[in-house]
Amino acid sequence: MEINEIIKPENLVYEKPKLMNDNPMHYCPGCSHGVIHKLIAEVIAEMGMEDKTIGVSPVGCAVFAYNYIDIDWEEAAHGRAPAIATAIKRLNPSKMVFTYQGDGDLAAIGTAETIHAANRGENIVIIFVNNAIYGMTGGQMAPTTLVGMKTATCPYGRNVALNGYPLKISNLLAELEGTCLVTRQSVHNAAAVRKAKKMLRKAFENSMAGKGTSVVEFVSTCSSGWKMSPEQANKWMEENMFPFYPLGDLKNVE
Amino acid sequence: MAEEIKLMKGNEAIARAAIRYGVDGYFGYPITPQSEVLETLMAEMPWETTGMVVLQAESEVAAINMVYGGAGTGKRVMTSSSSPGVSLKQEGISYLAGAELPCLIVNVMRGGPGLGTIQPSQADYFQTVKGGGHGDYRLIALAPSSVQEMADFVGLGFELAFKYRNPAIILADGIVGQMMEKVVLPPFHPRRTEEEIIAECPWAVQGKKANRKPNIITSLELDPARMEENNIRFQAKYRQIEENEVRYEEFMCEDAEYLLIAFGSSARICQKAVELARAEGIKLGLLRPITLWPFPTKQIARYADQVKGMLSVELNAGQMVEDVRLAVECRVKVEHFGRLGGIVFTPNEVLDALKEKIIG
Repeated sequence: MEINEIIKPENLVYEKPKLMNDNPMHYCPGCSHGVIHKLIAEVIAEMGMEDKTIGVSPVGCAVFAYNYIDIDWEEAAHGRAPAIATAIKRLNPSKMVFTYQGDGDLAAIGTAETIHAANRGENIVIIFVNNAIYGMTGGQMAPTTLVGMKTATCPYGRNVALNGYPLKISNLLAELEGTCLVTRQSVHNAAAVRKAKKMLRKAFENSMAGKGTSVVEFVSTCSSGWKMSPEQANKWMEENMFPFYPLGDLKNVE
Repeated sequence: MAEEIKLMKGNEAIARAAIRYGVDGYFGYPITPQSEVLETLMAEMPWETTGMVVLQAESEVAAINMVYGGAGTGKRVMTSSSSPGVSLKQEGISYLAGAELPCLIVNVMRGGPGLGTIQPSQADYFQTVKGGGHGDYRLIALAPSSVQEMADFVGLGFELAFKYRNPAIILADGIVGQMMEKVVLPPFHPRRTEEEIIAECPWAVQGKKANRKPNIITSLELDPARMEENNIRFQAKYRQIEENEVRYEEFMCEDAEYLLIAFGSSARICQKAVELARAEGIKLGLLRPITLWPFPTKQIARYADQVKGMLSVELNAGQMVEDVRLAVECRVKVEHFGRLGGIVFTPNEVLDALKEKIIG
């Protein structure tokens, strides 16, 4: 078959999401952020909501999320994204509003904003990327760092006596009356990516149906922070992160 | 139709003026002595009438970030608090200034430092006009001295904030917030429609339309050359505000041989002190800065050659006095008189201080 025969539009089975632009990404090879960005861009476009969506980016590696997905964005102070999203949605109920936050942003400095936005049942989507480390600042301990895991600020491994326990904040959020969906997903293989996309779409649909707060946690890799190759990081995540942060729905109110 | 005169507290006037001015959202957290703002709004339920959103946030930090979120969408949004709560808001205020977002902040000051007292004070002058949060930024600061001005400055604050894309602050104190006076509330303005907001604020995040690039509200710029450009642009805007927006009031200044400088409720007390002095034959005048930033530097400097001395009268240990001294550049004696910790001076105390520190 000639190449011109193959590249006909009717043969197209996969393409770059329309909302992703050509800016070179600053994320490290093997990082989960790129795939999660792609899923968000796909879901927004498939819902036909690109002219009604407002994203709130965090402080952390995803601070520049606004450079990659061509929608309107507000860049938040560290941890404050759920408060910002609360006001955007309440003042503009016809818009689709989401936050994109890392573990430090959501589960340390922004714990109060996260819990109270979810407890009020704000009609927003909270996308939570949990890679158990502070990537942007160079690999320090996160609230979700596993016991024994080494980081720049727990160089001998997280010690419970010194640092306390890793925080399963999604479990906590699932207990709140204001949340309608709390799910833990991953993007480490094709099957996981497909499942994660389905739950992401459900979360966005919930926000427009006024069902309350939806939280989609992505258990993620940070190959740079973990000092592993992308392949090693994926394997380490499956062996160490998944047992502590098991994938699946913590709450899914139909 | 005659204007309707009502009797109410300054805090209540802020709330009622906000509804009537067509404010889109208020986000607050209770703290004495300003809780009546949130209480009045909740009792009035403006979401049933104008559609205004009112929300009690989980903290002052969340409230100011809600203001950031709403302001980014081009809406008229505000918050109010008192000194310890305003300290908590400083992070958000710096981000609002850095992202050039228009909004209105109200500080009904109480005595500090720390938890301090719930009694009135003017000790947040430095915090308001010299910075407060991090970085080189300015807030347009309005100091009301009456309940009428509490009502009027809501509209003025928003007008200036949107004109310059900059946060504005009403720096009131526990006296103006709590005292009851006659007030004429502003006329009703409808809230702006989404189309009007998009026309007035093309930068606002309202969902990306096909005919434009994404709008991004941020204070972040890692390229130092571009960050310097941003700062130069902010400074140019601040110079423009200093040129155009100075507001002040003079009382018996024409023939004055001595001058009191006071803002907010202190100015009300000083007005009486001027009358007492005049009754004794002392030619005393009062200059009341209405905008604390931009400060009426030139207007005060004009009196340096006319008067024999100036007394800056403040409910603090001497803050605005520094700006008065900078204005007159040592051409005339400038002293400070204040009471601290929630104690309010009487007109006679002000007059005695003038005699002791200035007239000699």
